[in-house]
Amino acid sequence: MPVPPVADIPSYVDALYRQQSGRVLATLIRLLGSFEAAEEALQEAFSAALKQWPRDGIPEKPRAWLISTGRFKAIDRIRQQQRHQQLLSQNGDEARVTSELDLEETDYIEDDSLRLMFTCCHPALSEHARVALTLREICGLTTEAVASAFLTQPSTLAQRIVRAKRKIKDANIPYEVPQGAALAARLDAVLQVIYLVFNEGYSASTGNRLLRPDLMAEAIRLGRLVANLLDEPEVKGLLSLMLFQASRRRARTDHNGDLIRLHDQDRRLWDQGMINEADELVKIALASGRVGPYSLQAAIAGVHATAANAEATDWDEILGLYNVLLRIQDTPVIRLNRSVAIAKTRGVEAALAEIEQLMLTGELDGYHLLHATRGHYLEQLKRDEDALHCYREALKNTQQSSEQQFLRQRIHRLLMGKNDE
Amino acid sequence: MKYLCLVYANENDLHSLPESPHDSECHAYASKAAERGMLIAGQALQPVATATTVRVRDGQATVTDGPFAETKEQLAGFYMIEARDLNEAIAFAEKIPPARVGSIEVRPVRELDV
Repeated sequence: MPVPPVADIPSYVDALYRQQSGRVLATLIRLLGSFEAAEEALQEAFSAALKQWPRDGIPEKPRAWLISTGRFKAIDRIRQQQRHQQLLSQNGDEARVTSELDLEETDYIEDDSLRLMFTCCHPALSEHARVALTLREICGLTTEAVASAFLTQPSTLAQRIVRAKRKIKDANIPYEVPQGAALAARLDAVLQVIYLVFNEGYSASTGNRLLRPDLMAEAIRLGRLVANLLDEPEVKGLLSLMLFQASRRRARTDHNGDLIRLHDQDRRLWDQGMINEADELVKIALASGRVGPYSLQAAIAGVHATAANAEATDWDEILGLYNVLLRIQDTPVIRLNRSVAIAKTRGVEAALAEIEQLMLTGELDGYHLLHATRGHYLEQLKRDEDALHCYREALKNTQQSSEQQFLRQRIHRLLMGKNDE
Repeated sequence: MKYLCLVYANENDLHSLPESPHDSECHAYASKAAERGMLIAGQALQPVATATTVRVRDGQATVTDGPFAETKEQLAGFYMIEARDLNEAIAFAEKIPPARVGSIEVRPVRELDV
């Protein structure tokens, strides 16, 4: 960041907090060995910056300054506690902290963020807690921002975070990147959290935009962080998948905030920079020979993204990729999405049969996209009454305003007798 | 740090499924952990039908037949281990033979505040 004039230092520190607090915290946790101590030290370091920088100027390496200030504040605190307990011999704690501090380690170490990521996404924590901790501790979002992102009360969220941190401490969840066989399983948990954050941002990108932080951007930032430090194909696959999806962001909705289907989107609005980056990543991931579900979904998104127009989409390729994906991960949602490729290659009736087969399992009964997709096929087959029924069922099962709006339009068209497909 | 690994399983399945471990396998696993200095104590338990519950209320002890609560899975055994952290404890729990038919609850030990 460029160095500002003295009067702007508070906003400079604010921006620094937003961008760097997660990394500073990660290193402090490693140095001090606990969340609580590191968080106190972080707050003290930033308030010291607000006091000292207007007077002394901004240090050459602000982040290193914050880390070393934070750690010295923490030592001060330990010394003070010891003075209170002078009669007790408490030299152990101080010796431990100071000897670690003698090593000249003030520079931010990127691995610290990755280690913290694995701690925050540990499968021993609940999924809610993992997402909340990651956004709070690694992305540096405030508790209020995380709460509004997930439409919960800040107090509920704060409690969830406190409980998770207590478990990290009491059950001794380590700050480490797992090695060997454990890495693959733990990495899955990390990627799952990142993708959850992304999807929360992706599906909410039209609702209540002012209150919600940009979760898509945060997820991509986390994806890059992990991808930079861990040479694993699925990390690249996930980053690629998120970039492909984010590239369509501006084309996904019209000026009213209503959803536009992929087929009808103005492809000139797609972010070509993101598409190029995503395309390179997925090629590397696929070439690794260890193909996973994220890489395959990215490859599918890539076929869409690189088609000159909707008609030029290579649906045979997409169906082939879905078939490989099903072999690795056979889930109802993947089967539902695959039905679109079936509709395009083998016809709408075959796709409808596939969906009706899927409905027998009952697993997707409450999933609005099942009903919306089925309605879409029925509409194409001119079975308007049945289609209407499906759209109404879909409407019952979604709370997203843009989805609701989209479905109401379909229903309205059918009622007006304007089947245009 | 000490962890207690509690082995839960449906008693009817514990010894009757293709995946069910034999006593010799459990014994070998415990012996290996003891050699590495990881195992503090470990035992298999008799079925809950043998359980007796004791309570003391207002100074009066009452003794009743059966476990504290009826559950789908029953406590079938335990391992008390010394592990570096939760990851090491989980790695130990994953290899406890009855984990294949039941589940292992891993609990950190709380040192008494005395």
